[in-house]
Amino acid sequence: MLSYALRRIAVVLITLLAASAIVFAVLEIVPGDPARLMLGMNAGEDAIAALREQMGLNQPLLIRYFSWLGGLLSGDFGRSYTYSVPVIDLVRERLVVSLPLALMALFLSTAIAIPVGIFSASRRGTASDAGVMAATQLGIAIPNFWFALLLVYVFAVTLRLVPAGGFPGWQAGFWPALASLLLPAIALALPQAAILSRVTRSALLDVMGEDYIRTARAKGLPANIVLWRHALRNALIPVLTILGLQFSFLLAGTIIIENVFYLPGLGRLVFQAITQRDLIVVESVVVLLVATVIIVNFLVDLAYAWADPRLRRR
Amino acid sequence: MEEELIALEHEDWRHFTRKAFTNRSFLAGALITAVVVAVALFSFAWTPYDVTKLVIADRLQSPNAAHWFGTDHFGRDILSMIMVGSRNSIAVALIAVGIGIAVGVPLGCWAAAKRGLADEVLMRASDIVFAFPALLSAVMITAIFGPGIVNAIIAIGIFNIPVFARVARGGALALWPREFVLAARASGKRAGLITVQHILPNIANLLLVQGTIQFSLGILAEAGLSYVGLGTQPPAPSWGRMLFEAQTMMTIAPHMAIVPGLAIIVTVLGLNLLGDGLRDVLDPRLRRQR
Amino acid sequence: MIPIIRSILAGAAFALALTTSAFAARTDLTLAIQLEPPHLDPTAGAAGAIDDVTYANIFQGLTRIGSNGAVQPDLAESWTLSDDGLVYTFKLHDGVKFHDGTALDAGDVVFSLDRARADDSTNAQKALFAAIESVEAVDDLTVKVTLSHPQGSFLYNMGWGDAVIVAPESADTNKEKPVGTGPFKFDTWAKGSSVTLVKNPDYWGDPVALDKATFRFISDPAAATSALMAGDIQAFPAFPAPEAVAQFESDPRFSVVIGSTEGETILATNNGKPPFDNLKVRQAIAHAIDRQAIIDGAMFGFGTPIGSHFAPHNPAYEELVETYPYDPEMAKQLLAEAGYPDGFKATLKLPPPSYARRGGEIVAAQLREVGIDLEIIPVEWAQWLDQVFKAKDYDLTIVSHTEPNDIGIYARDDYYFDYHNQAFKDVMAKLDATANEDERYALLRQAQEIIAKDAVNGYLFQLPKIGIWDAKLQGLWHDMPLQADDLTGVSWKD
Repeated sequence: MLSYALRRIAVVLITLLAASAIVFAVLEIVPGDPARLMLGMNAGEDAIAALREQMGLNQPLLIRYFSWLGGLLSGDFGRSYTYSVPVIDLVRERLVVSLPLALMALFLSTAIAIPVGIFSASRRGTASDAGVMAATQLGIAIPNFWFALLLVYVFAVTLRLVPAGGFPGWQAGFWPALASLLLPAIALALPQAAILSRVTRSALLDVMGEDYIRTARAKGLPANIVLWRHALRNALIPVLTILGLQFSFLLAGTIIIENVFYLPGLGRLVFQAITQRDLIVVESVVVLLVATVIIVNFLVDLAYAWADPRLRRR
Repeated sequence: MEEELIALEHEDWRHFTRKAFTNRSFLAGALITAVVVAVALFSFAWTPYDVTKLVIADRLQSPNAAHWFGTDHFGRDILSMIMVGSRNSIAVALIAVGIGIAVGVPLGCWAAAKRGLADEVLMRASDIVFAFPALLSAVMITAIFGPGIVNAIIAIGIFNIPVFARVARGGALALWPREFVLAARASGKRAGLITVQHILPNIANLLLVQGTIQFSLGILAEAGLSYVGLGTQPPAPSWGRMLFEAQTMMTIAPHMAIVPGLAIIVTVLGLNLLGDGLRDVLDPRLRRQR
Repeated sequence: MIPIIRSILAGAAFALALTTSAFAARTDLTLAIQLEPPHLDPTAGAAGAIDDVTYANIFQGLTRIGSNGAVQPDLAESWTLSDDGLVYTFKLHDGVKFHDGTALDAGDVVFSLDRARADDSTNAQKALFAAIESVEAVDDLTVKVTLSHPQGSFLYNMGWGDAVIVAPESADTNKEKPVGTGPFKFDTWAKGSSVTLVKNPDYWGDPVALDKATFRFISDPAAATSALMAGDIQAFPAFPAPEAVAQFESDPRFSVVIGSTEGETILATNNGKPPFDNLKVRQAIAHAIDRQAIIDGAMFGFGTPIGSHFAPHNPAYEELVETYPYDPEMAKQLLAEAGYPDGFKATLKLPPPSYARRGGEIVAAQLREVGIDLEIIPVEWAQWLDQVFKAKDYDLTIVSHTEPNDIGIYARDDYYFDYHNQAFKDVMAKLDATANEDERYALLRQAQEIIAKDAVNGYLFQLPKIGIWDAKLQGLWHDMPLQADDLTGVSWKD
């Protein structure tokens, strides 16, 4: 187990290194001079040159890569070109929006999907099963940003129940802040819930087909008890895997939803940073998100290997 | 298992059609997809109005007899734009799937045939690509290299490569120890030839199913990219772009947002149903793995 | 993870404390501006958003520009000009304090002006200070500025946001924590979301009515509409979604004020690149453009057609819209005479604002009618500055030139229009040396005519300032003579 873990950690590190090099290299060829952008249309060439020097843009490529990488390892993500504050501060400010949003969406999607999946599985082959499955097909097909637009139109603009966009900040109060995350979380959660219900249903049906469940039923245990006590617990493993993947997806994939609702989250930070050529922010946040995905996958792998020793050989 | 595969290889067409015509998912999906493709093809020959002509005076009309789905802020007919836009969505998604297959499948087959280091490198490389949040990366690529349809296709296509590489590799790995492949090796055929003659025909079903799924994801991805202004550019109409433009006019012209949204949903739904149906029809054993 | 949870908890506790405060007469305001400032030092960046937040609110200059565009005294209560027009002597207000408690004196003015015109200065408008030869402190409250040549616009220049007075102690940290002399103090900046200012209790002038003002950043037209509708913001002085104006006009909760800006929106043309170096081609483009359709389609009817690079509300404005009236047949004929009977292909690079993106689609459709086939290339501001503005790598582009009185750019050889006309330069040189107002107006009219006749660029429309705010709010600027959201006169009606 330990040697397996070590091997996997080595692979994770190499993957992270490669990803950081790719991100850095891609952003190096971005057209657009950040110094010129900051000073604008009427700036003189000498002012731009002075600013480039200040920002350290005149140093050679490799030196900048390694100093950036060294910084990342020691927790120093560098300073944002446009905001001239440490990137880590920006990330922290945005994370208090994105993280609760992702968690809320994850919670909503789980709270919807698990009961729906169980319901559907327990009525396999009936009309209600078919109805639920058709609804999940629809859920998967709806673009979340379009759904978000409709939500804004109905609940914010027409009914005025919740804010249409923006984030008042947690200092404005817990409930107002939470309310402004509600619509985005619903928009994000819906397609995820549709996918998760299908996974839950098929995982349950798979487990129900296993021998030990058949044995339990043959012993005369009521179907409900079999479902709850045995099948559900075992079906949770694939469901949790999907949840793990969805979390990293939600954290990174909020970029469009954050744009619809004008939330100052991580996705929006990257989007703005790209257009403002604040490359150091783009680099750091993308690497951070990539690292999250890699680490979550690693933990899932590890959990699998722990549960099923046969997998360690691979 | 063995017999099944060989049976699959020479599957009877009549057997296939019989299964297809009793599978509701497949029927519904195929029908919807056929209608969408037909509309796209038909739009080359005729649309109710010319989508390149702006008639500012007719702008923002609600659906009416002259314009069934209304007009947009430039006075263009939305029905015509939906028709022309369908070409765009289909083309982007199809080419992106093509890129995935053209690059991913040979890589996957090669890794499966070689095993060892080649396999390891491919798998790790695909791990790296998978670690990049796809939509975020697509936004990054299009923002950096300039928004536009070509860059959107490339951005979506890149993320299809590891998907198809993995599917092809997985399918091929399962086939290599099989008797009919071993027999071919014993007769001295080279790995490349075996792949073409024995492996590819047997993983074609897998690829077709995956292709349908990636196709529908591609349509959603194009819509998302165009929606943030990075995909298809004017004057070419695109469903995602229409949503982008409709967003600010939600309160004065909700039809501008509702119609393209429904077009996307119907198309994606059709493709997903088709994919599910195909999976059931082509290879019942796959069903339980999903 | 822990610090995040901690800050969430802290936020919740803080909120509880806030909700107990009484509902007195309203003294707070949340308003929105389109772009987030990159930082908050107006003397070190050209971004208009910096002035939106800081001008007149946090920072003040010797003079200032009022809501009508005229020069007014600010930190300088009075001044005299020597007879040769070279020496300005400014008398500063007594008792002015910076937000950090230090007193303003003549030394701060000398420091600020010298810093702005120094060789290593990163001031984005160094040209404003180009005429200054020396700045010296006569006594604590008197400053003498000597010019190298008489400059009619000097007092106006000193009223720009780039010319505000800063203190040596805080100059280096103004980007993050601006310290000025104005009626508002900087409070907090939530990156990506808002900047909050609070009332300066020690302000030297008339106290302001607002205790707190929060600037939210909303560039997306849809988000802007929803935020106003939902009451998240109470004012959007430069509202980005003309399509939504009708909706606000019919809603009694809102005031809609359409004012003017200094933004001439033009179809900028690369005069140095064939076929645009051919006057007949440029004239053909001018004839092919239907300004009203562009204003209706891109701006939903808001905007004034212009025929030259000059603001219609300016007293020296001359009506030149009919120089090349909309006439597609004439355009085709001119193209044929220029040697392009079948038209030609070119590119149109469009920066992000919706006036450019939407306007560009309409321009492309109009030029297609006469045979000019434009490929639309959307670009971000960074690329626009690099490719179009700096490298002149473009055929056509649409952009709004928002600096006031900027017709002089047509005399600049290195400018991105690549336009060179000695007659025009002569007029500009004469203008610089002329002080008499009537003569100046005559020269400015002459300048407008020259570039209109030369069809240097396609002149489209003057960008409107669409202001939407709560009907109970008063005192916001109606026009935008320069980029600013002056909150000093803003208050809530009961």
